[in-house]
Amino acid sequence: MKRIVPIGPYHPLQEEPEFFKLIVEGEKVVDLEINIGYNHRGHEFIAQKMTYDQVPFLVERICGICSDSHPYAYVMAVEDAAHIEAPPRAQYIRTIIGELERIHSHYLWVGLAGHFIGYNTVWMWVWRYREPLLDIFELIMGNRNHYAINKIGGARRDILPEHYGTIEKYLDLVEKKTTMFTKAVLDDPVIRARLENVGILTKEDAIGFGVLGPTARGSGYAIDVRKDDPYDAYDKVDWDMIVFDEGDILAKAKVRLLECYESIKIVRQCLRDMPDGPIETRVDEIPPGEGIGRHEAPRGEVFHYVRSDGSNMPARHKIRAPSFMNIPSNVVAVRGYSIADAALVLAAVDPCYCCTERTVVLENGKKKLTGHDLLRLSRQKTEAIRRRYRR
Amino acid sequence: MANAKLWGLKKSPWVFHVAAASCNNCDIEILDVLTPRWDVERFGIVLVGSPRHADALLVTGVLNRKSLSRVLRVYEQTPKPCLVIGVGTCTCDNHMFAPSYNVVGPYDKHIPMDVYIPGCPPKPEAIISGVVKALKRL
Amino acid sequence: MKKEYSQAVLDEIGAKFPRASVKIHAPRRTYVSVPRDDVYEFAKFLFEEKKCRLSIATGIDKRDGIEILYHFSHDPSGTYYNIKTLVPKDDLKIRSLADFLPAANWIEREIHELLGVDFTGHPNLVPLLTAETWPADLYPLRRDYADEHKELKIEKTKEDH
Ligand code: SF4
Repeated sequence: MKRIVPIGPYHPLQEEPEFFKLIVEGEKVVDLEINIGYNHRGHEFIAQKMTYDQVPFLVERICGICSDSHPYAYVMAVEDAAHIEAPPRAQYIRTIIGELERIHSHYLWVGLAGHFIGYNTVWMWVWRYREPLLDIFELIMGNRNHYAINKIGGARRDILPEHYGTIEKYLDLVEKKTTMFTKAVLDDPVIRARLENVGILTKEDAIGFGVLGPTARGSGYAIDVRKDDPYDAYDKVDWDMIVFDEGDILAKAKVRLLECYESIKIVRQCLRDMPDGPIETRVDEIPPGEGIGRHEAPRGEVFHYVRSDGSNMPARHKIRAPSFMNIPSNVVAVRGYSIADAALVLAAVDPCYCCTERTVVLENGKKKLTGHDLLRLSRQKTEAIRRRYRR
Repeated sequence: MANAKLWGLKKSPWVFHVAAASCNNCDIEILDVLTPRWDVERFGIVLVGSPRHADALLVTGVLNRKSLSRVLRVYEQTPKPCLVIGVGTCTCDNHMFAPSYNVVGPYDKHIPMDVYIPGCPPKPEAIISGVVKALKRL
Repeated sequence: MKKEYSQAVLDEIGAKFPRASVKIHAPRRTYVSVPRDDVYEFAKFLFEEKKCRLSIATGIDKRDGIEILYHFSHDPSGTYYNIKTLVPKDDLKIRSLADFLPAANWIEREIHELLGVDFTGHPNLVPLLTAETWPADLYPLRRDYADEHKELKIEKTKEDH
């Protein structure tokens, strides 16, 4: 018999409200319907009523975790349209902030994934060591989130030479802690059992759905804008793309954890090689034309398309966040797994921490299972595996 | 102080977190308040999983057409008296999303608000101080 | 450095689709204008033969019609091929790509609800982002869209469960 399990739209750990309808048969998930729009604020519409210099502040507020990625892609789109190039120092600064943001976002994911499988210790630990990164942001830009570092033709703020030492010190701490988490997460047999061979997204599906970022790289689909279409300082530093072929949640977790090392490597090299000079060029006008900007955000490629008609406001501004491509792929990734795994699978693409709360199973109109139960089921499964290992 | 609920609320407020159309940063800062650096659970402030258990609602983000009725529903489900605390500039005045076609206006048009915590996003310290001020008012 | 933008692909496009006109904006940004009837075949060619990935589509309201851009990314060379086509205002129809390209599913729904273009052959062309109470004939990204939404009554949307 088929039943429907609605998930969402509200959950205390969610990042964005979304609504999933799991269609289950017994314990197995057979299909998934996704309903979004709880968060639709009409950015593309508002952007057409703002000047070019105001838009970075608007697109920054699309998502609080990628608040560097959207303005980054936007300014590159405008720079592409107007054939502007940012001065070298600004390029390095932008790269540094982009990479620091990647570490903080991946930490966030690891913490929340830990929470989902009932390892709250992982959550508390990881979030604790996310704080030093936020301190770096506050030191450089004056705000813990929403950094406002990108500007058409440059960067808005400089990284002062006297801060290099502090940043290096924090990086050492972060590197040490990343090693700790990687060991704790990947060597724990219980976590392995929960993540391995669950929620597999095959490479064919990954290509068909056009998934991006760690979701694609965990399925053996090696795409990364930083390598494919290098911009700013990314082709001047030495780093590796992390790819795993398995396609399960463990592969995605490994991609994210190992990418933190690469990001630390990039930031170190950027600080070492940072050239002197101005941090912005003068931009007088944006000629009519069109431009494309792309940046590899923590979740995948962010794409911005800007069309200019010569006035001081964009005539059309198209924004594509990576989750827009990643979330539909849940439909195939979740099929055939048990309800206890569903919360984790839906969370594995690092969408918006999908709202297991307020979940109800309806059977003939009667409430059977609530949102807590889904989380509880997930935790019970962990507990059961843990007991098995203890024996 | 005759009201037991009110007494419980002041002693150890249980909060439920409602995100309307937010950008997540306010939500993340709220979760941050729970993590070791601030650790408000020391003071009995607990994030609960259901509005039916909550004494206070922390709302974030602007209201849009689709989330409005959900937010109203959560508000109805919360036992009264309850505090409604708006976290972030979005809750105060629609922020920069005011021109949009999908935004349905400031919160106080729809539900009674007790405290606003401005900031985009407010620092964890500001969130804690806002909640403390709200409790003092009772 | 990666291998640069390839002339061979352009020659192939010219041979296969004589009606296409190519504009190269920057080394890795190419815009190809094709008539509406060719879009489906062209997209299929890019996806299946050239192994491009559909990044997204954009709809733009112009005076004489709605312009649709399909942004295809060729990752090994980092090139963006943008298919450009114009759908006239009096016949807002174009063939959907969703039957061979699942990635097109959501964005076609979005363009349908925000700009009012009909994608023929789409499996499930229902609104994606706006609320159920949003009037079906009001398209917020059109140019003639006035601020009518101010007067729209705020109705309760239906419960999810
Ligand atoms: S106030 Fe700022 S940080 Fe908070 S939800 Fe609104 S835009 Fe995001």
